[in-house]
Amino acid sequence: MSDPNKSGVAYWKATLKLIMTCLVVWFIASFGLGILLVEPMNSIQIAGFHMGFWFAQQGSIYVFLVLIFYYAWKMNKLDEEFDVQED
Amino acid sequence: MDLKTLTYLVVGASFVLYIAIAIWAKAASTGEFYVAGKGVHPVLNGMATGADWMSAASFISMAGLIAFLGYGGSVYLMGWTGGYVLLAMLLAPYLRKYGKFTVPEFIGDRYYSSAARIVAVVCLIFISFTYVAGQMRGVGIVFARFLEVDLVTGLLIGMGIVFIYAVLGGMKGVTYTQVAQYCVLILAYTVPAVFIAFQLTGNPLPQLAFGSTVSEGNAGGGTYMLDALNKIVLDLGFLEYTAGGKSMIDIFAITAALMVGTAGLPHVIVRFFTVPNVKDARSSAGWALVFIALLYTVAPAVGAMARYNLTTTIQTGEVGSPDGNLAVADVPEWMTRWQSTGLIDWDDVNGDGHIQYYNHKTAKGQELEAQYGWKHSDKPKFSGELMVDNDIMVLANPEIAKLPNWVIALVAAGGIAAALSTAAGLLLVISSSISHDLLKGVMIPDMSEKAELLAGRIGAAVAIIIAGYLGANPPGFVAQVVAFAFGLAASSLFPVIIMGIFSKKINREGAIAGMLTGLVFTMGYILYFKGVFITPMAENIPANWLFGISPEGIGFVGMILNFAVAFAVSKVTGEPPEHIQNLVEDIRTPRGSGIAHDH
Repeated sequence: MSDPNKSGVAYWKATLKLIMTCLVVWFIASFGLGILLVEPMNSIQIAGFHMGFWFAQQGSIYVFLVLIFYYAWKMNKLDEEFDVQED
Repeated sequence: MDLKTLTYLVVGASFVLYIAIAIWAKAASTGEFYVAGKGVHPVLNGMATGADWMSAASFISMAGLIAFLGYGGSVYLMGWTGGYVLLAMLLAPYLRKYGKFTVPEFIGDRYYSSAARIVAVVCLIFISFTYVAGQMRGVGIVFARFLEVDLVTGLLIGMGIVFIYAVLGGMKGVTYTQVAQYCVLILAYTVPAVFIAFQLTGNPLPQLAFGSTVSEGNAGGGTYMLDALNKIVLDLGFLEYTAGGKSMIDIFAITAALMVGTAGLPHVIVRFFTVPNVKDARSSAGWALVFIALLYTVAPAVGAMARYNLTTTIQTGEVGSPDGNLAVADVPEWMTRWQSTGLIDWDDVNGDGHIQYYNHKTAKGQELEAQYGWKHSDKPKFSGELMVDNDIMVLANPEIAKLPNWVIALVAAGGIAAALSTAAGLLLVISSSISHDLLKGVMIPDMSEKAELLAGRIGAAVAIIIAGYLGANPPGFVAQVVAFAFGLAASSLFPVIIMGIFSKKINREGAIAGMLTGLVFTMGYILYFKGVFITPMAENIPANWLFGISPEGIGFVGMILNFAVAFAVSKVTGEPPEHIQNLVEDIRTPRGSGIAHDH
């Protein structure tokens, strides 16, 4: 990168975009499916679980887990792409 | 071998292990004392964070709470795990890059102000002491129940153990004992859960078992457990298990306050200062959640299964049929054994020789009384003729499932591990905020490292004594102040840290005004309804709440106010100086985290 300032700005923009995407998923899995939409979701039943209840007590936690590891993996790639990784 | 000897052996062995680790990991410098020399492997740090985070309340009380709240208990599950997403993406990597020792230190530097640092220290100390008092109490209770020593002796033993490894080992000692404590507590939690899941449904995985059908041979065999549970609790006048409870807005606000509060708790944040670099801080948050999720996905299964077992133990047959309820003469042995602890009690008020367990406060319950001649006890916490405390759901689990004595001993060691690990983490952030932020940072800046280390050790020792005192003489409000700890973390510390990283425009005036607004509003609201030091000024019922949000969820509103005030004040008071804007720029990129900062 020729201009370190410019690449810094682009890196930060890419970071914010990734965080926003992850937080949208985070919101949908917990506040969305587990709280705001819990009633319609509860009308779907898989095995003994009503889905709204399942997202509130199980599913959201699994989504959180996947999200953090996805974020960590993606951020490490961004670091290298913009050449700001740790030495 | 009898249960008591076995319990002494297992708990004693776990103590020997913790002390051995403490001697091995003795801290030699302030860097090791505060942040374990920044050399902790991310997976081990994740494990330590798990133990740090899961307190006596998570271990002993949470499953029982969920058992009685049903869907309403989801706020704890989502709230206390979802915060790690915020932590991983918004805080941990940036604070690790910043690379110093404490949370108030970051706030003081970013907002170029000792006043901001002191406000942060005050919040931190209040949050941490609130929390630690509950842990010490937990240690005392586990000792009292399983080892039959009195509460104060139990407390003193617990204090002694924490003293050895926190004062000697500092963060380094605490980290590696927490790793061991995590292993003890997770084993103690999951082993009984697996047995119960298998007995009840034939599926050994608790996470799947509570969505499976009940095995033939148990009450309600062949139907889905949650469906059977819903039906029976509705028949007895309780709330449906998988739906209902609190209002939607309140569930939303409480979940949000707990998530944000989690991400703002200093003893959790500081764990991410201990890993070698930014990359490790990101993945370590993921590992922390893996280890936490192991318990948090089992807890709702334990809750639902325990509620089902309890209800069908009492309601053995058709509701209303003469032999449909447990006969007083037939109560199982575990009920008699736990009756002496006051965690479970029964009273055959209508004298029919059977125990009825139903919600006499609802119309359905009154219908049952009119129809079948049931009568309820007027003693506190009774439902019909039975009283059950939340805590028994985990503590008596192995006995309810008729598991061998070594499992019971393990649960005792697990409860103690959960309480000690959290207490140690909290005591450490208290001592470092005193020695590093107040003494070295504000009062005696030219203090030598050796003196600071000694001050840290003395601070930890004093904090243990205060915590022990609070555990023995809990101010009446201990149970209520959990809302305080999370509310304060959510409304004061979290927003200023986030704004310090993600905005260059927030200045000293804005941050201090924001913190104080969030703090005063949240504290005021909780005091107004709960009256911790004063008499409540209004009844704590939904009709009186602002927007229908309970004191537990109000930290969410406090957080929004903090953000709004900080932005508005910063807007009218001018930008922060250039070197601060450069600092923000610097913490946003990982490069350079390995370079030693001078402290």
